[in-house]
Amino acid sequence: MTDVTRAEVCVAACADAWRGDGETLASPFGTIPSLGARLARLTFEPDLVLTDGEAALMANTPPLSDTEDIVREAWLPYRRVFDVVWAGRRHVMMMASQLDRFGNQNLSCIGDWHRPKAQLIGVRGAPGNSVNHTTSYWIPSHTPRAVVDRVDMVCGVGYDRARAVPGAARFHEIRVVVSNLAVLDFATPDHSLRLRSVHPGVSVDEVLASSGCPVVVPDPVPESRLPTPQELALLRQVLDPAGLREKELPG
Amino acid sequence: MTDKRSSLVDMVAELRPGMTIGLGGWGSRRKPMAAVRAIVGAGIGDLTVVSYGGPDVGQLCAAGLVRKVVFGFVTLDSIALDPHFRAARQQGRIEAMEVDEGMFYLGLLAACQRLPFLPTRAGLGSDVMAVNPHLRTVRSPYDDGEELVAMPALQLDAAFVHVNRADRHGNGQVLGPDPYFDDLFLGAARRRFVTAEAVVEPGALLDEGPVQSVVVTRLITDAVAEVPLGAHFTSCPPDYQRDEALQRRYVEAAADPGTWAEFAGRFVAVDQSDYRRALAEVSASSSTAP
Repeated sequence: MTDVTRAEVCVAACADAWRGDGETLASPFGTIPSLGARLARLTFEPDLVLTDGEAALMANTPPLSDTEDIVREAWLPYRRVFDVVWAGRRHVMMMASQLDRFGNQNLSCIGDWHRPKAQLIGVRGAPGNSVNHTTSYWIPSHTPRAVVDRVDMVCGVGYDRARAVPGAARFHEIRVVVSNLAVLDFATPDHSLRLRSVHPGVSVDEVLASSGCPVVVPDPVPESRLPTPQELALLRQVLDPAGLREKELPG
Repeated sequence: MTDKRSSLVDMVAELRPGMTIGLGGWGSRRKPMAAVRAIVGAGIGDLTVVSYGGPDVGQLCAAGLVRKVVFGFVTLDSIALDPHFRAARQQGRIEAMEVDEGMFYLGLLAACQRLPFLPTRAGLGSDVMAVNPHLRTVRSPYDDGEELVAMPALQLDAAFVHVNRADRHGNGQVLGPDPYFDDLFLGAARRRFVTAEAVVEPGALLDEGPVQSVVVTRLITDAVAEVPLGAHFTSCPPDYQRDEALQRRYVEAAADPGTWAEFAGRFVAVDQSDYRRALAEVSASSSTAP
């Protein structure tokens, strides 16, 4: 299986984020996390709950590019999503303009918030998500500008901030960070960023050079798993025959 | 029963500079854009705009009518960021109150229920608390003693929402999949304005959709106006989808003041009949383009 692409490795790594979650609302942001969640449901997490991206839950698992054939199983308008969030029955995989070594995430702005150098989308639901249910992150471009020592504005709450504020830590968990280079987590004594595996073809040095903060490196560093033949077939023939995954992660 | 039929002109005539205005919809979906165009046309400024933000926020910022935006995000959905809002923030032209989307929801709900605040975990540990130094926490009076964010009520002077159908008494119906937070915007406001694609005879709403699609009751409506294409260019299903081509032009018009003035003169600072005429010109020219 030497023809497996980086994007396909990342889809499998994202799918693994939801492993063991059972009947949980999986909320992926981005193409590759969306494919990962669908792949998880078609294989090892059949009870996973997915939305149609609008206001309903999706009973079937159609190709990502196909919105015509969605079968809806229940109504979940924006307002009711908060019932799920605050009850903790959700595992979101968000993106991050910046993510730091304790898992603080920023998608609000770059520079000083009072007059930002770059205004981004806003905090969205990240503060509430991160202190109410499991959170993972997808970093499609792992660079020192994306993986930083300190974020400019804490939207998603990291382990250091959760520890400092009573109540924030109670339901806080950052499960995993999947990037285009590696899988990372916070399984260290102080919950700082740790390298869990490097994707095939990526060196540990490349990950460290691409990170703007210290990363704990275990010895040895495993290689991220390849998708199984069944997963590859599902991904290529069922979920993403249009190859959207390669557009999000070219090369 | 009171006939609440009105017009956009009369609704906007009630606004004053410095007011806090809530706008329904979400992102670039079912936004009260005709109301925004009427506000821009009337030039009512110094506004505090409360919105699950989309091009409503961007157009008011571009028109220089905004003092402050209360938001959790501003997005155009198919285009991630609104360049007009970005420019206003980056040039320091507007103040901001940026909160988590769920905090925003609770702020509206608290205002609807005449409560000073509602408690939530959302915001704890994040910089939302740092950039909004007026936000406070509250300790549970029960044995758990948990400390929670006390999201203050987002009281509005006026709110505008755009729905698919309404009747003259102020009942409003959403035929698309998501009512968003429209009834909360109305409930949180002192003056409550509903525009609709069509105003139908009382009782006829149930010919259009099930009773649970009538999400706005006349209890929270002061005035109703029939405004076809009242959400355009944002989406208003099933009546119309987002006009992606026009949204792209709106984004591209941010490139320089001249381009923006040309766009705004045709598609923003205009009344509804001029707006429809401008749309017709666009579709005529695109269908005859080589």
